[in-house]
Amino acid sequence: MTDKKTVIMDSAAMGKTLSRLAHEIVERRGDEPGLAIVGIKTRGAHIAARLADKVSELTGKKIERGYLGITLYRDDLSQQSEQPLMHSTEVEFDVQGRTIILADDVLYTGRTVRCALDALIDLGRPARIELAVLVDRGHRELPIRADYAGKNIPTAKSELVRVRMKECDGADEVVVERK
Amino acid sequence: MNWNRKDLIGLEYLSAAEIEHILATTDSFKQVTTRSIKKVPTLRGKTVANLFFEPSTRTSASFELAAKRLSCDVLTLNIATSSVKKGETLVDTARNIEAMEVDTLIVRHGAAGAPAMLSRAVKACVINAGDGWHEHPTQGLLDMYTLRSRLGGIKGLRVSIIGDIAHSRVARSNIWGLTKLGAQVTVCAPPVLLPVGIEKFGVKITTDLDEAIAGADAINVLRMQFERDCAQAFPSRTEYFRKYGITQERLQKAKHDIVVMHPGPMNRGIEMSSEVADGPNSVILEQVTNGVAVRMAVIYLTATAREASL
Repeated sequence: MTDKKTVIMDSAAMGKTLSRLAHEIVERRGDEPGLAIVGIKTRGAHIAARLADKVSELTGKKIERGYLGITLYRDDLSQQSEQPLMHSTEVEFDVQGRTIILADDVLYTGRTVRCALDALIDLGRPARIELAVLVDRGHRELPIRADYAGKNIPTAKSELVRVRMKECDGADEVVVERK
Repeated sequence: MNWNRKDLIGLEYLSAAEIEHILATTDSFKQVTTRSIKKVPTLRGKTVANLFFEPSTRTSASFELAAKRLSCDVLTLNIATSSVKKGETLVDTARNIEAMEVDTLIVRHGAAGAPAMLSRAVKACVINAGDGWHEHPTQGLLDMYTLRSRLGGIKGLRVSIIGDIAHSRVARSNIWGLTKLGAQVTVCAPPVLLPVGIEKFGVKITTDLDEAIAGADAINVLRMQFERDCAQAFPSRTEYFRKYGITQERLQKAKHDIVVMHPGPMNRGIEMSSEVADGPNSVILEQVTNGVAVRMAVIYLTATAREASL
């Protein structure tokens, strides 16, 4: 094994981080009537669902949630050696006029977020879109920033930040791997 | 499942997994075509040329819309007035169009095998939009997609294909696709419209319409092609309707929720009565709607496979 792995967030820490993000969202946007949380598939969708649960709990209001598949909006189709998995979009409510919190696991180059913004805007015209991420690892290639960031991790571009979640990976943790 | 074909020539050449992959990919595009902004930027900058050497309204419009909804630029060529009339060969026409940096050629041709030949002659993607009596793969796919959305799946379904089997590329694509996915297919036609060797396709054969309808989950009613010489095989339209036309009375003996399909264009009062065509069992317009999403999936999959191989 030449790979070096460091766990930077365990299950308890991830729970606390998501709680803090939910509190920040409520503090800033809790009074908005049409608040909704939309996650980018796959792991961003799980983060959105957990945040929506927590925000609902804190405000006592039902928070709409949705999930975005962004394959069709990617700008790197021609650079992929394999076809990306096609995830379908599940947004059952009208995004028109709402405050939407866009959620993802890792914020890196910002390109995924750009795709997600295009995908979201093609569904309607939200009043405002904010970005919530579990981890911000830096190295942006586009002028995009998170409004709510769970943890900032300084990384080298050669490192890999892997978020694992109970819903799809069996456990909650964030790991940095050195290639 | 990773799709790695730059062309779609026929369902005969695909595995069950590849067909399932196209149908699953279609789900995402169906979603795009039903929302208010019916367009995604996926293939921005790509160019698709429609080369129709035979008349078509529905299929060429469907391919054109599919390409536009993927943000491709579309060139539709009116072949009747083109250089083909001046003696240019098919391959030369295709290579000249490809030389203008066209990425995908959608080809309909009266000669079976024309799209397959072009696919070997050009680097562009080639999608068969119907070749002679050979195949019309996207029609087969959209029929299967419609069945799958209506009935939950293909495996184990009993599907009867009724009408001019001998001269129908739609019938062949349906037979290949449906049998690969595990449906039981019956073909039903007057003896003169059953092709020689049809038994080798692994289908049940009957000349009795009531037998084909009884117990079927779905029927796919083919068009009588009176504009072609082959209609000579069955010259009387009224006699055809009497023996093989789908009417409400005939459907009394069928499953009450039998799905009725037709690839169009329909001859009302010949292949089926208006009552059936516009009735609750008919999914004819749903087929047309699904056609655009299926073609988006095919253009997308072939284009990305080509990109990956460049």
